[in-house]
Amino acid sequence: MTAPADCRVAFSAALLELAAADPRIVAVTNDSVGSSNLKAFRQRFPERLIDVGIAEQNLVGVGAGLANGGKIPFVCAAACFLTARALEQIKVDCAYSRRNVKLCGMASGMAYGELGPTHHSIEDMAWMRAIAGLTVLVPADAAETDRAVRAAAAFDGPVFLRISRMKVPAVHPDNYRFEIGRAVCLRQGSDVTLAANGTVVWRALEAARQLAAEGISARVLNFSTVQPIDREAILRAAEETGGIVAAEEHTVHGGLGSAIAEVVVEARPVPMRLIGVPGVFAPTGSAEFLMEHFGITAAGIRAAALELVEQKVAHGTPARTGN
Amino acid sequence: MRFLAYLCEIEYTEHVAPDLAALANRLRRRSLRMVHRAGLGHPGGDLSAADILTTLFLGILRIDPLQPAAPNRDRFLMSKGHSSAAYYGVLAMAGFLPESALDTYMQPLALLNGHPDRNKVPGVEANTGALGHGLPVAVGAAMAARMDGAAWRTFVLTGDGELQEGSNWEAAMAAAHYGLDNLTLIVDRNGLQQGGATESTMRLNPLAEKFRAFGWAVREVDGHDHAQLLSVFRALPFEPSKPNCVIAHTHKGKGVSFMEDRAEWHHRVPTAEEVAAAIGELEAAAP
Repeated sequence: MTAPADCRVAFSAALLELAAADPRIVAVTNDSVGSSNLKAFRQRFPERLIDVGIAEQNLVGVGAGLANGGKIPFVCAAACFLTARALEQIKVDCAYSRRNVKLCGMASGMAYGELGPTHHSIEDMAWMRAIAGLTVLVPADAAETDRAVRAAAAFDGPVFLRISRMKVPAVHPDNYRFEIGRAVCLRQGSDVTLAANGTVVWRALEAARQLAAEGISARVLNFSTVQPIDREAILRAAEETGGIVAAEEHTVHGGLGSAIAEVVVEARPVPMRLIGVPGVFAPTGSAEFLMEHFGITAAGIRAAALELVEQKVAHGTPARTGN
Repeated sequence: MRFLAYLCEIEYTEHVAPDLAALANRLRRRSLRMVHRAGLGHPGGDLSAADILTTLFLGILRIDPLQPAAPNRDRFLMSKGHSSAAYYGVLAMAGFLPESALDTYMQPLALLNGHPDRNKVPGVEANTGALGHGLPVAVGAAMAARMDGAAWRTFVLTGDGELQEGSNWEAAMAAAHYGLDNLTLIVDRNGLQQGGATESTMRLNPLAEKFRAFGWAVREVDGHDHAQLLSVFRALPFEPSKPNCVIAHTHKGKGVSFMEDRAEWHHRVPTAEEVAAAIGELEAAAP
């Protein structure tokens, strides 16, 4: 396994490469050149990096205006401020106006740990996926971040990219092919499905390895696209494994788990467990401490999976072999 | 459209202004009919903006209805998107919409929503209606032109009450900081908002001084005087490296005696009798 990586590095390297090839690509920040890892971009393309200062409504409006003028703006800010402070600009200027703006929510989730709930962004997936026509991408490692940035640039329309600063190990091979709207099966399994995205995917894989040692076959799906959600992958998982654990670095209200549940409950009801922040503001602690605190861990995912498997046995649901 | 081609060629404002006055009153009559028919709308603001809109669309903007997405077109952003009857009306006058489309204003499934949608109406640059959105987007557009060294200009029309939204002042700082003299903000300064006077609701004055302090070049004009409007827009940019602000002093409900300067006409819908009386006054003033 490679050393854990900060996905912002892959983000800015990909953006720099894209900008070198396409003069329409520009970066817009709210005095976040450092935290968005854009120093190299500013050095190489000073005239294509626009800093609007600490002003997020204007940040997103300016992004929409740049898109009106034919640019492909990557609007970069801490996810908490970008999505909460400028929510109406994201809805109206980007999504409803259908502008080609790439909204890059940096240090999402609880990456800012000790700084507290003002700096946590555990509502962004819910807010962003509630907006019609906004593509929502949550890459899980450096390779996927690289591909997601390229896919966002190539895609004609508004995109929200959720980029963590918590270091994550590689879960995809170097030659990984990313496709907007497609969940990736990282491990086949027939007893239960573990669905995750972002910083939680490697934890789900670890949980699946532990479960395998106990004789339970867990499927691991990486939902790096939250909107549009991969309905087919959800229906196959429900049909073939009979239970789904959804885990995310986000509130359990409205995020990935909810997106999956919306499909499951209507089309193929099976038991689910939702792991995430349970509708509270986090206490003080480092990012890793908070992940442990809320059980957004391999152990937490494993325990939830075991519950589902036991529930299936108790109800006499035969294990399906659909792989 | 004949008017567009005609007016763009003419240099002498004294020849053009009377035509614009007649067109603006036609736009007012049309807006009132649209609002009456829809049973919804914001007639007071439609009437206060009518002279600014006709001057820009028929005398100033370098736009072509046959190529509404031409990369080098001037951008006009209607930040006060609630004045949509006047906006759609002037887009029709400029050839972006068939006149017949105006009859569908706010009808079920019509393209002409109560607030404009750029994906449905050619010529619309941004979806507005929520206030305080136009200026930041205009700043971004002006930056794009600047980066490309392009000659196209960006204009944005805001209401005055709308300036209470903080997003405008974020954008005002950025426009001056980046020296966007290719950007022009026009404030429809009719002094009224939904609940009453701007100055008693949340004071804006001294408005010109505020924009000057933010680093803008400011001009104040009579927003119903087409000659003044033409002159000020033809004098752009006012000062090098400064964004331009035109405070257009207007009257809400302008042109109709019983609507002028009355806050209730912000979104009151005129009755058939009121429409007839209003049209009579407007026709008498400029047929």
